[in-house]
Amino acid sequence: MIRITDLEKSFGPKKVLRGVNLDIPTGKTTVVIGQSGSGKSVLLKLIVGLMKPEQGDIFVGDLNVTALDAEERQKVARKFGMLFQGGALFDSMTVGQNVAFGLERYCDLPANEIRGLVSESLDKVGLRGIEGLMPSELSGGMKKRVGLARAIAYRPEIMLYDEPSTGIDPIRADAINELINLLKNEFGVTSIVITHDMVSAYKVADRIAMLYEGRILETGTPAEIRNSTNDVVQQFIHGRAEGPIRNW
Amino acid sequence: MTRDSRSSLAVEFLRQLGEAGILAGRTLKNFWRRPWERNIFLQQLEEIGIRTLPVISLTAAFGGLVFGLQTYLGFHRYIGPGSEAYGGPVISLGLTKELIPILVGVMVAGRVGSAMAAEIGTMKITEQVDALFTLGADPNKYLVVPRTAAAVLMLPCLTLFGDIIGIVCGFVYNVTIMGVNGTIYLRNTLLYLQLWDILSGLIKAAVFGAVIAVVGCWQGLEAEGGAEGVGRATTRAVVISSICILILNFFLSKFLPA
Repeated sequence: MIRITDLEKSFGPKKVLRGVNLDIPTGKTTVVIGQSGSGKSVLLKLIVGLMKPEQGDIFVGDLNVTALDAEERQKVARKFGMLFQGGALFDSMTVGQNVAFGLERYCDLPANEIRGLVSESLDKVGLRGIEGLMPSELSGGMKKRVGLARAIAYRPEIMLYDEPSTGIDPIRADAINELINLLKNEFGVTSIVITHDMVSAYKVADRIAMLYEGRILETGTPAEIRNSTNDVVQQFIHGRAEGPIRNW
Repeated sequence: MTRDSRSSLAVEFLRQLGEAGILAGRTLKNFWRRPWERNIFLQQLEEIGIRTLPVISLTAAFGGLVFGLQTYLGFHRYIGPGSEAYGGPVISLGLTKELIPILVGVMVAGRVGSAMAAEIGTMKITEQVDALFTLGADPNKYLVVPRTAAAVLMLPCLTLFGDIIGIVCGFVYNVTIMGVNGTIYLRNTLLYLQLWDILSGLIKAAVFGAVIAVVGCWQGLEAEGGAEGVGRATTRAVVISSICILILNFFLSKFLPA
């Protein structure tokens, strides 16, 4: 279980998170929805330890990770795999070296075993045999899938997905949704997915939480969110320009 | 400038100084921690050392020539014809203790410090630095430590190389071009130039190397806001490290034994 309590984060005068409270159950997929710029990606970065909050706590199991120093925090990062919005591939390395990067650091394995796991991970995202290519030779969608292969290669317990379906065609996006579900069902991976793609959200979510004006406005199962009586939630999930959410 | 804006500038300056200091401290601490990023260190040795050799050769050669020219003129005009052969030690001292370490520092700041800021800045804005953290690599240990170690090691090597080229070019100008007595010139140079003169220049160069790498990496890690932010980080890396080199040079000259 990941428990987030009263989390606050500001950038200069702008308060992005104003007291987020959220429970993320183990072995389930929690989808966080919300407008662009509402702080969804910031929330992920706080959970993984890339940023420090001004207020509040994040418990991973019984461990309060916000109280750890940078060195200890890095050790906890082993539990997490993260898919970044743009893939975040290391552009000076080949695809194979990118996918092997986490394996080489986290797992004490011989080189041939690492090569095998690299191929297996790439195969899972539908990109067999591209180990020798450079990131600059890949399309945006391929980069994202390689980023996903890199994140799942060392079998993290918790996966964080930042906009997994953005920039990918609907069929590939659905394949990624299937992969998120497969990781949950086969390996019991706990997932947190940030998205504003409701098709994807309904497909992968066990629970959906809506982030609005720096706080979690509502949480529930996909069915509960669909039937929410909150106007803000209804406007967002139906993608309507008219409603209580300010457009610009 | 109002009092408020002056005080906010001072706060910002102190904040930046603090950030650079923390980065330098973490880098020093991480120097001794395993595993070492050997491949990146070797790549940086090549980038800072071998690929900077041509530009250092050219700079040192013309530095030596112009220093030789002015020293020749000085001795010829103020002491008299025939005294130019005493310019040898002046040229060698000036080059090894001051001119070559500064020239090498500023050239490497322009060529390598800017490249470090641009590369790390691009990694920062494309979330590659964040990815390093999630994949088990401490960004400081992976990016800053090997660059700093390579710069601290290669700057003295480049300076020594520049010293030789500069002294040779000073000799060529005076002896070959202007007809100064080569035997006296060389004897005076060897008589007055001490090993410590060369070593103090190399110590300065090592300090400059650390400054260039830490400032370049710091500015890269601070970059934000897309391509414009990377451009700004690159410029600031060169300006800040060049200014630091000039200021530090004075204090090192003052406090290192003469």
